[in-house]
Amino acid sequence: MKPLRVLVVEDDAAIRKLLNAALTRTGYDVIEAADGRAALAALAIDKPDAVLLDLGLPDRDGLELVPLIKAAQSGLIPALIVVSARDATDQKVAALDLGADDYVIKPFDSEELHARLRTALRHRLAAETRVAKIVLGDVEIDLAARMVTRSGEEVHLTPKEYGMLAELAKHPGRVITHTQLLRAVWGPGHEYDVEYLRVAARGIRRKLEADPASPALLRNEPGVGYRLTG
Amino acid sequence: MNEPPRPDPDALLRTVASGAGTGATGKPNTRGRLKVFLGAAPGVGKTCEMLDDGAARRNAGIDVVIGLAETHGRIETMARTAGFEIIPRKMIEHHGRTLDEMDLDAVIARAPALVLIDELAHTNAPGSRHDKRYQDIEDILAAGIDVYSTLNIQHIESLNDVVASFTRVRVRETLPDRVLETADLEIVDLPPDELIERLREGKVYVPEEASRALAHFFSKSNLSALRELALRRAAQAIDAQMLDHVRAHALAGKWAAGERLVVAISEHPGAIGLVRSAKRMADALSAPWTALHVETTRDLGLSEADRRQLTATTELVQHLGGETATIPAENIIAGLLSFLDETRATQLILGKASRSRWHEWRHGSVVDNMVRRASGVAVHVLTLDEAGERARTRHAVVGQQAGPDRWGTPLGYGVSLGLVALVTLLGYSISGIGNVTNIALLYLLPVLVAATRFGLRTGIIAGLASSLAYNFFFIPPLLTFSIADPQNLITVMVLLGIAVMVSQMASRVRDHAMLARNSAAQNGAIAGFARQMTGISNETELAQVLCAEVARLLDVRAVLLLPEDGDLVVRAANPPEDRLETLERAAARWAYDKNRRAGRGSDTLTACEWLFSPIGVSGRVLGVLGIARDDTGTPLRIDQLPLLSSLLDQVALAFERIMLEGEMAGVAKLREQDRLRTALLSSVSHDLRTPLTAIIGNLDAIRPADAEQADQLATARAEAERLRGFVANLLDMARIEAGVLTRSSEPVDLADAIAGAVHDLRTRLSANPIRMEVSPDLPFVRVDAQLFQQCLVNLISNAATHGDPGAPITIAARREAGGMKLMVMDQGPGLPPGEEDRIFETFARIEGSDRKGGTGLGLAIVRGFCTAMGLAVAASNRPDTQGACFTIQFDDAHLTNVEETAE
Repeated sequence: MKPLRVLVVEDDAAIRKLLNAALTRTGYDVIEAADGRAALAALAIDKPDAVLLDLGLPDRDGLELVPLIKAAQSGLIPALIVVSARDATDQKVAALDLGADDYVIKPFDSEELHARLRTALRHRLAAETRVAKIVLGDVEIDLAARMVTRSGEEVHLTPKEYGMLAELAKHPGRVITHTQLLRAVWGPGHEYDVEYLRVAARGIRRKLEADPASPALLRNEPGVGYRLTG
Repeated sequence: MNEPPRPDPDALLRTVASGAGTGATGKPNTRGRLKVFLGAAPGVGKTCEMLDDGAARRNAGIDVVIGLAETHGRIETMARTAGFEIIPRKMIEHHGRTLDEMDLDAVIARAPALVLIDELAHTNAPGSRHDKRYQDIEDILAAGIDVYSTLNIQHIESLNDVVASFTRVRVRETLPDRVLETADLEIVDLPPDELIERLREGKVYVPEEASRALAHFFSKSNLSALRELALRRAAQAIDAQMLDHVRAHALAGKWAAGERLVVAISEHPGAIGLVRSAKRMADALSAPWTALHVETTRDLGLSEADRRQLTATTELVQHLGGETATIPAENIIAGLLSFLDETRATQLILGKASRSRWHEWRHGSVVDNMVRRASGVAVHVLTLDEAGERARTRHAVVGQQAGPDRWGTPLGYGVSLGLVALVTLLGYSISGIGNVTNIALLYLLPVLVAATRFGLRTGIIAGLASSLAYNFFFIPPLLTFSIADPQNLITVMVLLGIAVMVSQMASRVRDHAMLARNSAAQNGAIAGFARQMTGISNETELAQVLCAEVARLLDVRAVLLLPEDGDLVVRAANPPEDRLETLERAAARWAYDKNRRAGRGSDTLTACEWLFSPIGVSGRVLGVLGIARDDTGTPLRIDQLPLLSSLLDQVALAFERIMLEGEMAGVAKLREQDRLRTALLSSVSHDLRTPLTAIIGNLDAIRPADAEQADQLATARAEAERLRGFVANLLDMARIEAGVLTRSSEPVDLADAIAGAVHDLRTRLSANPIRMEVSPDLPFVRVDAQLFQQCLVNLISNAATHGDPGAPITIAARREAGGMKLMVMDQGPGLPPGEEDRIFETFARIEGSDRKGGTGLGLAIVRGFCTAMGLAVAASNRPDTQGACFTIQFDDAHLTNVEETAE
C-alpha cells in the first residue's frame, strides 16, 4: 500500500527536521515547506493526504492557508492539523471554523500529535464513505436510525441532545466549535447561545457517561467546542 | 371617571423641598428650616423673642449659635445673648470705611444645628459674596443648618408699595416674597400704644439721621395699619401652607384652582407698581402669574434708559417669584390675546397710561380693545403711576439717544424742497396747456418721495410745502396764500392727508424691515457662529473664537475661563487680558460651582464689574464666560439674553464634541498600545516555545542505548517539561502585567472545567486521587473558559505540590446565598498562619517549601486571572482537617441558571 503523504509547513528548520524524522519513522511519506508559497506549490504538485500547518509563516499568516488547503484541490481533501505556538482561544476557533480538523499547541507531545493525525486521517476516509453507525465504548450511535444505545439498551435523548451528539459523532475525535454545533443543531441566529450547548451536554453526560462528573465520552475544549472521544 | 383625588405634583414637590428633601447641593443632609420672627415695626421685640426661642432650644440640648444679633447697645437685648456662642463678624473694607457683616463661611464651617441671624432683609456691604443677607441665609439653609431670623413687615417686596402709600416712607431694603413661602412665620405682636410708649422711653432703636422721618412713621394709625398687614401676611402664609398640605394629600375640598394671572408690562416706569399689584393679587388667588412683554416694532425706538427700565421690571418679576415672557407680535393687542389664549389665563392686569385722546384715536386704546375682545378673562385696569419710582438702576443713564430717524435728516428736507421747487417750475411751464387741478397731481410726487424715503415729518413738510406752493403759484388769486374757491381748499387738504398716510405706511414698512433685519442679523450671527464652531477642533481656538464673537455681537469685553487642575484659568479674552481681580475670580468660581450667573446684572456678587455665565451641557459645567462693558454698565440687556444663551449652548456642544474627540483619540492610542503589547508577547511566546518543542521532540525521539542513558534521558525530559511549565507561567504573568488579557465571557459548566483541568494534569496527578463534590445541577458560571481552566490547573497542581504525596485532592462547589463558591482542598501541612494573602504574591513561596518546586507564579496567576474575570480568590486552612483550602467566589452576577436557558 502506498504510504500516506504528509506535508509539513513550518518555518523553523529544527522543528521541520524533528517532525520529518518522527513521521518518517512512523511510516509516512514527508514533504517539507518552509513558507506559504512553497506550501501551496507542494499542495498542488504532491497532493498530500495530510498537512501539518504552522500559523507563524514568514510570508503570510498560516490562517489564510487553511481555507486554501481545504478548498483548492480536486480529489480527496487533505486532513489539516494546525501546529502552532499561538494558544489564544480565538486563534483555535478561527482555524477550526475555517476548516482545520484539529489544533495542536507547541510545545506538543509527540504521542499526542501522532494520535491526532491518525484520527484526522481516519475521519478523512470516513467522510468519504459516510459511516452510518459509530461505536464509542459501550455507546452506539446509529445515525441512519437516529437511535442511541448504551450497553445495547436504547437511551432516550431530547432532539437537541441527539442533534448535538450526532453532529459530534459525524467527526469523532475532532473538535467541533460552539458555532458549528449551534448553527447545525439550533440553526442560524443561535451561534452565541453557548448555554444551550452546556445544557444539552449535561443531558448527554447524565444519560451516557459512566461518571458524569469526570466525563470520558464528551470532552469540553474550553472556549472552543466539544469533541467525542472513543 | 371616578378617579380618586390625585395629589398635585407641584404641591408635593414644594412640600418635599421645604421638608425632608435633600438640599440643593445634593448632599445627603436635609435642607435647614427657616423661621422668621415677623413684626409690624421696629421695636416690637423681634430680636428678644428670637433670642428667647433660641435659648429655649439651646437648653433643650440643641447646638445653637448666634450668627448675628443687632443689640443696638440695649441692655435687655444684650443680656439675652449671654450664654450663646457668637460667631465673630467679618470686617469688610469699603472706600476707607470698615463695615462689619455676618461671616457666612464661618457659620457654615461651624455647622451648628441652629443659627440666629437678625435682620433678614439686610443689604450686605459692597464686596460681600451676596448682595442680600437672605441669600447668605439660603446658603446656610442649603448646608442643612436651621436659621431663626427677624423681619419687619414693610420689607416684604410685594407690600412695599402698600406700606409706602400710607407711611410715605419707602423702604429700600426689600425681601422677595418667595423667601417667606417655605419659612415658618411667628408674629411678634405689640399693641401700637405700647410700642409708642416704648419709643418714648427710648427703648426703640432709631438711627440718628432718620429720627425725624420716623417720627411720622410711628404714628398710631400707621402702626395699626402695619400691624394689620403683618397679621394678614402671617394668616396668608398659614393659608398657603394649609393649601399645599391639602393638595399634597389630595384632600377633598375647595380651593381656587386653575386661576392664572397675566400682567402686561412695558418700559413704562409705572410697570413696577403693576408687577407688585399682580404679585399681591396672585397670592390672594393662589394663582401662578406671568409678566408679559409684547415686543412690537415700537421696541426698536426704545432708548437705552427705556431698556434698562424694562430689564429692572423683569428682574423684579423674577424677584417676586413670577414668570416672565416676551413674545413678538404685530401689535400689543394681538400679542396679548394670543398669549392669554395659549396659557389659558383667567386674569389680566393692564396699566392705563394717562395718554391724550389724540394718541388713543391714532393707536386705539389697548384697554378698551382688551376689555372688548378678551372673552372669559377678567381684565383689571390700574392706573400707571407716571411719577412712580424710576427703575432703581445702579448707574446713571449714559447718553440719551435722540432719534434722528423721527426727525429726518437735513438731506431729506433739502431733496424734498428741491423736488417741490422742480415740480413748481414744471407746473408753471405747462400751466398754459392743461387744467390747474392736474398740476395738483404733480405735487403728489415730492410728497410720496419724501414720505417713503425720509419718514413722516419730512413727508408732512413736503406736503405743506407742496400745498403752499400750489396755493401760491397756481390757485387764484395767484401769488397769494389765500384761496378763493373752496374746491381748491380740498385739493390742499388732500395733498396733506396723502403725505401723512403714505409716510405712516412707509415708515411702518421700514420699521418692519428693520425688525426683520435685526432678527435676521441675530439668526445669521448664530448660524455663522455655529458654522465656525464645527470647523474647530481644539479648545484654545474655540475659546478665542467664542470671546471674539461674543465681544463683537454684544459689544462687550469677553473672557473665557476653563477649569484646569481644579482651578479656573483664563483661556481666552477679547480684548486680551490675562488676569482677573480677586472679586471677579470669586464670581467666576461661584458661577462655575453653582451653574448660575454671577456678577453684575445677576443677584450674586454684584459689586463685580463682570457678569459670568456658566457654559454647560446636561447639568455639567464646562467653563465660565465673563462679559463686561467698558463703561462698567450692566453688561447684558434683557433682549440680548436669548442671543447669549444660544451662543453659550452652541459653545457648550462644541466643547463637549472636542472633549469627546480627545477621549476617542486617547482610547484609540490605548488600543494601539494594547495591540503592540499583544503582538510583542505573542512573538516572545513563539520564540520561547519553538526551541522547547524541538528539545522535547528530539528527546522523545532518542532511543537510549543502556539504562544509564535512559536515566539521563528521563531527567532531561523532566527538566524540559519543567522549563515548559516555567515558560507558560511567565507568559501568563507577562500577559497579566501588561494588561492584555483578552477576556471573553461564556457560560461554563464547572464539571466541564474541572474535568478539563484534571485531564490536562493527568500525568502529574497519577499519585493523588481527585475527589469531586460537584452537584450536576449547579448553575453555569459566566467566565472566560480558558483563563478559568488555567486557574483550576494552577490550583490543582498547587494542591498536588504542597499537599502530602498520595493524599486526595478535594474539589467542591457549593451554592450559597448571593452566589456560589468553588474550593480546591489538599491534605498536608497547610498554610502558615498570616501567610494566607501573601502566597498570592509573585514569587512568594512559603518558607521551607522551595524544594517542592513550582515557579512561584502559579497562585499569582490565579489571582491575576480571577481579578481580570471579576472573581475573588482566597486561601485559608481547612477547618475539617489539616491542609490548605483555596476558594473562588462567584456572586450571582456570574451565574446563569440552567432553567432559564432551557431549549
